[in-house]
Amino acid sequence: MNGYNFAYLDEQTKRMIRRAILKAVAIPGHQVPFASREMPLPYGWGTGGIQVTASILGREDVLKVIDQGADDTTNAVSIRRFFAATAGVQTTTRTADASVIQTRHRIPEAPLTEQQILVYQVPQPEPLYRLEPSRAETTRMHALAEYGAMHVKLYEDIARLGQVAISYDYPVMVNGRYLTSPSPIPAFDNPKLHRMPALQLFGAGREKRIYAIPPYTDVRSLDFEDHPFRPHRADAACALCGSRQSYLDEVVTDNRGGRMFVCSDTDHCASRRAAGCEGVAA
Amino acid sequence: MAYVAVKGGERAIEAAHAWRAEARRGDPALPALDPAQIEGQLGRAVDRAMAEGSLYDRKLAALAIAQAEGDLIEAAFLLRAYRTTLPRFGASLPLDTERMAIRRRISAIFKDLPGGQVLGPTTDYTHRLLDFGLRDGQAPPAAPVADPDRAPMPRVADILAAEDLIRPDPPAAAEPADITRAAPGFPPPRDARLQSLARGDEGFLLGLGYSTQRGYGGSHPFAGEIRMGAVSVEIVPEELGFAIDIGEIVLTECQMVNQFAGTKTEPARFTTGYGLAFGHADRRAMAMALVDRALQARELGEDATAPAQDAEFVLGHADNIEATGFVEHLKLPHYVDFQSEIEAVRRLRAMAATALAEAAE
Amino acid sequence: MSVAPATVVPPDRPGFADPVADAQATFRAVLDALARPGRIHPAGVGLDAPAPLAPATAALLLTLVDPDTPIWLAPALAAARDWIVFHCGAPLVADPGAAAFVVTTELPPLDRLAAGSDEAPEAGASVILQLAALGTGPRMRLTGPGLAAPSLFAATGLGAGFVAAWWANRALFPRGIDLLLCAGTELAALPRSVSVEAL
Repeated sequence: MNGYNFAYLDEQTKRMIRRAILKAVAIPGHQVPFASREMPLPYGWGTGGIQVTASILGREDVLKVIDQGADDTTNAVSIRRFFAATAGVQTTTRTADASVIQTRHRIPEAPLTEQQILVYQVPQPEPLYRLEPSRAETTRMHALAEYGAMHVKLYEDIARLGQVAISYDYPVMVNGRYLTSPSPIPAFDNPKLHRMPALQLFGAGREKRIYAIPPYTDVRSLDFEDHPFRPHRADAACALCGSRQSYLDEVVTDNRGGRMFVCSDTDHCASRRAAGCEGVAA
Repeated sequence: MAYVAVKGGERAIEAAHAWRAEARRGDPALPALDPAQIEGQLGRAVDRAMAEGSLYDRKLAALAIAQAEGDLIEAAFLLRAYRTTLPRFGASLPLDTERMAIRRRISAIFKDLPGGQVLGPTTDYTHRLLDFGLRDGQAPPAAPVADPDRAPMPRVADILAAEDLIRPDPPAAAEPADITRAAPGFPPPRDARLQSLARGDEGFLLGLGYSTQRGYGGSHPFAGEIRMGAVSVEIVPEELGFAIDIGEIVLTECQMVNQFAGTKTEPARFTTGYGLAFGHADRRAMAMALVDRALQARELGEDATAPAQDAEFVLGHADNIEATGFVEHLKLPHYVDFQSEIEAVRRLRAMAATALAEAAE
Repeated sequence: MSVAPATVVPPDRPGFADPVADAQATFRAVLDALARPGRIHPAGVGLDAPAPLAPATAALLLTLVDPDTPIWLAPALAAARDWIVFHCGAPLVADPGAAAFVVTTELPPLDRLAAGSDEAPEAGASVILQLAALGTGPRMRLTGPGLAAPSLFAATGLGAGFVAAWWANRALFPRGIDLLLCAGTELAALPRSVSVEAL
């Protein structure tokens, strides 16, 4: 794109972000402050993820962008176009072909590899913010690894409701040290965070924080011995590919309670259908 | 199939942009708005877009306002996104507002003072009656012209300071903070606070400033001085080693004066709250000064219990580009999270129903 | 305290041939090196580095260092000082404890370097240590984040006290320093999170 540097950000900004990313990798799960730039997309649309992607992306990379697991949601389309225009990189919808995957709210169903980097868009990097809105205070809590308040909150849920009421953005302990937000992925995706072969980078633009989970790092969803963490999905099969393992979107088909369930990961669903799998609506 | 329809995609985006451009242009029978007209005739909108966009450029601000259909937060956003791509050639010397070419200068605490009261181009005493003459493009009567007084006009706070009646500001860091280059820590120093406030949302500053007048962190303010006019911007190029004038910008500066009862070690004095805004913006500069004073509570040993005194709260929510982004992002798809919530609610309901049934047995 | 040279004469050695692409490639190498401790990556291949900097060391500096990062340069590398100041614009500091990047050929006393605080451990320094060779020399076993299983690593020139010094650094976690190792046109890294055992 004329008048702008490769991947939009100037080189000094990239250096600043790259230094933050390296420290984030060295301290798994710790939120590293960075001087987030104003991007030409609004805060909340993935400015943190975009800045991370822009700082790691090279001409040889193949980029996939998903939102809600899908490549064709409007914001995924918009971000993919942004990088196609500013970096001229090859883009793909196929998970297996991507070297960098930027995501909002999902982890792809297909296991990722050592050759891939997963970049998360993060609206709220602070896992404690519902319990303590002051970042000065939560910074202190992280420094002391003082996470009792979060355990109490989960325990109260169990005592009152019989189970933990958090269904997405379910807090995790990274490498046994930092309580970390996995971003608003469904709790269903949490097990994929654990010892993932791919590097996971998290960018929060408005909140000006970057954090990381290195490959093969222990990531434990908070739970209790007598109430182990359990991922949930809709108890249904994808209407298109028949999958009973994938995370499903619920689609309202009429005003009379009609529902249909389809894979949230569109590439996963398409690959299964290409391999001959069929659901009831196929 | 419905499923395909909800996933909008590329064509929907393109169509939306085209529709938006058409709506912005409005009735093609009317002449298109020239940004120069906005620059010339909607000056207060330009001032606000520049302040919140954190970029002093009247022409770009006018263009942004036209592009944003007059949505000033959107215009500020356009300016910020442009500003962030600009290389930095240097930093100016501190502006000297004492040498301002005064267009307006009023003090609410002295009847008269060196330099006098200069009302300037204000709406303060207009009657808010719609001026139907504007519809016919009537030219206004010529305003009387006086020779500008170029003599330095001392700031009211300095007049008080000469009598040791103003608490001096503690020495500032040699290099002021820049919140756009480094994330400020907490508690933020005053320079970082002032920078945040200077580009903060005018409505938010106004509401907070107002709250301090109603007892939420009350600090008994007087408008020591409000001055507006052009100020020279000077830089010292490394190769020259002396200051050169690179142009002038119009600013509104406000110094609020508040009583300070003193402490065991300090005599009673006045303290100041400081506001500075691009262009002519009394409301913005005054609100900023009120909030700046409220945020000094801790440093002055006052109880900090009101929202306007909580630096983390104020600075965390003053930026309307951040705020509008996060509020409006709720319209992006969230169906994956909502699906997990709906499943959780169904599970909880099923468990509750089972428990009820068991209790009934 | 920064010690800025009075004048900077453009050095005869160039920086990156393609500043954007070369910095990106070097960054990805060091990113993967920190994400997978001990793995050796090519870096600075084709870079005409100023003596006594190895190409990998020079490439890392061009990629990560700029006016925002104070650096401490070991006397053994002083001949490259003008090149660093010209190409990176980094302020040189006399106290290694004030440096964001410590650039050296010998492991410095780690307890004299910035380790960050419990609230801001990211302020811990990065040590760019230029060695004789990576992949050969005393062997050690690495465990920690980034490693699927304990992995073997070898480097020539870390010094006899390295493992003990690293344990002391590891014990500070999340505070501590991160080690970026360069030799010739190769680099590897040991983040503060990794544990090292001598074999």
